Amino acid sequence: MRLIDIFTTASGNMFRSKLRTTLTIVAIFIGSFTLTLTSGLGTGISSYIDKQVGNLGGKDVLIVQPIGQGPGSDSGPKAYDPAKKTSATAFGTTTTALTDSDITKIKSVSGIRSVEPNFVVVTDYIVGPNGKKYQVSANPYVSGTKVELATGDQVSNDVSERQALLPVDYVPALGFANNEAVVGKSVTLGVTDGNGKQHQITAALKGVQQKGLTNSGGMNTNEALTQEIYRTQSLGLPKAVTNNYQALLAKFDANASPGQITHLKDELKKKGYAAKTIEDQIGTFKAVISGIIAVLNAFAVIALLAASFGIINTLLMSVQERTKEIGLMKAMGMGGGRIFLLFSTEAVLLGFWGSLIGVGVAEVVGRVANHIVTTTFLKDLPGLQLLTFPPISILAIMGLVMGIALLAGTLPATRAARQSPIDSLRYE
Amino acid sequence: MPQPALIELKSVSKDYTIGDETLHALANVSLSIKPGEFIAITGPSGSGKSTLANIIGGLDKPDSGSVEVEGADLAKAGDRQLSVYRNKHIGFVFQAFNLQPTYTALENVMLPLVLAGAGGKERKARAQECLNDVGLADRMSHRPTQLSGGQRQRVSIARALANKPSIIIADEPTGNLDSAKGREIMTLLAGLNKQGITLIIITHDMEVAKQASRVLSIHDGAVKEGRS
Repeated sequence: MRLIDIFTTASGNMFRSKLRTTLTIVAIFIGSFTLTLTSGLGTGISSYIDKQVGNLGGKDVLIVQPIGQGPGSDSGPKAYDPAKKTSATAFGTTTTALTDSDITKIKSVSGIRSVEPNFVVVTDYIVGPNGKKYQVSANPYVSGTKVELATGDQVSNDVSERQALLPVDYVPALGFANNEAVVGKSVTLGVTDGNGKQHQITAALKGVQQKGLTNSGGMNTNEALTQEIYRTQSLGLPKAVTNNYQALLAKFDANASPGQITHLKDELKKKGYAAKTIEDQIGTFKAVISGIIAVLNAFAVIALLAASFGIINTLLMSVQERTKEIGLMKAMGMGGGRIFLLFSTEAVLLGFWGSLIGVGVAEVVGRVANHIVTTTFLKDLPGLQLLTFPPISILAIMGLVMGIALLAGTLPATRAARQSPIDSLRYE
Repeated sequence: MPQPALIELKSVSKDYTIGDETLHALANVSLSIKPGEFIAITGPSGSGKSTLANIIGGLDKPDSGSVEVEGADLAKAGDRQLSVYRNKHIGFVFQAFNLQPTYTALENVMLPLVLAGAGGKERKARAQECLNDVGLADRMSHRPTQLSGGQRQRVSIARALANKPSIIIADEPTGNLDSAKGREIMTLLAGLNKQGITLIIITHDMEVAKQASRVLSIHDGAVKEGRS
């Protein structure tokens, strides 16, 4: 018997009992639909996080802090050391400070290309063409970062011009007609110095930045602007305070392997610094999301396993009903192997149709859900695709479902293949 | 020079255990059948006549002894070889016809050709030819429920002929038919035998057995030549 005939016969047999077959397909559909949605959610969220991490730039940046500080530190409470300085900054946090001597020390580690202070700058207000003052926070721009832009260009850390990116919701508030009207204009920032006196700094606008998970409304400022704000807010403060940094940004070779990065971290640890890449920092967040998605996926797989018992049941009944037919087929020369193949093919076809419909409906539902979500409560996160269905994972899901169906079909198919033709022909 | 045997059974035994009772369906049977013979196997029910036909047809295997058909030993053959043997060499005709109710007459006759791996055109052409031979040229697209008992048995004979078998085994082929239709079917089968097909009919109808060139009667697993 040719394989094409096995396939067409199996296809035909499947719909002899339409209701039973349909119900089994519905069970498989529910499982594959759920699995497609949960895995689509996982892919969508992870790729969004990855994109945001990309925005943070700096795949070649280590955030260096003294050991025992910052998120995720596991060294426990530290003994007080009067020799170590703390930085009491304008924003009121007390941390063990890093100084210029630390910069020199970190620079000496082989593999570190450059070290710059991570300035924390505070601005009071921003004012634009209509003269209204709004509160704003500033994020120092890290070279190489790709901030998501609505229009314009990234700022540059290599120029002396003081540049900034305007968050998109400040465009109408400050009195700009539209996004395009922002590029090339300037705004004024208010900064208070150590003596409580307010200064004004002018910044050129290079573009309009979108909102994202990682730039929570703050405007990106280039190095020239950041330094000017920092210099201004440090006026009147003792030098012991102004030359202290909460964290340093150490750059390394962008092509470094994970092993080399680990080595760098170990080297810095020996010198008493905790170093983390931006990915490390966001890793915890991602791990939580992955954990939730894994649990959801597990539920979907459980649904599929339940459906697989539906397949076993359907095919067992089918074998029972077709006992006499199986006997006849055997008498006419169909071998046990071909009978097994015939019923296995039916099982795989059940899996195929169930998963095809499941995947298809999930895609439609996903697109609708994406549209609703991104136009309503998550519209502030441009570029977010809550559910994404890459073809490879669609194929993997269909393959998985058909594989489960094939396994489920083994029992009925074996039973059919082993039937004695004589007993089967006598079966009433 | 005597013609070589087509089927050669040597010391074939087959027992069935029902509960704690052992039934000797075939007890040390030796038998030789030549090509083109028309054989009737008779005997009371439970005597072992179906077992004999099933062993010759490759549906069952003996507990001991050898069954040689055209030189090959069926007792030693595996599932695959037996399947090919049944497909190419044997045509079965059943008392209850065993037609597929959802298939047309043509599709039913095409089944053994499908199993043999014949191509689409070839199987259709051959099935039409077979239905033509049994006088059902005008009933090809009818389903079994639209056919009379005699016509259904003709379809099953056409199906048995599809792969040009050397042996046709018919188990009570007239058992479900009235005597007139039964005679028609016997005439058809006898005609096939005249064309050279070896015909083995299991029957307890003496009218049917009379038409055979050789009668084997079975009693408690033992085979005797001639009517019992």
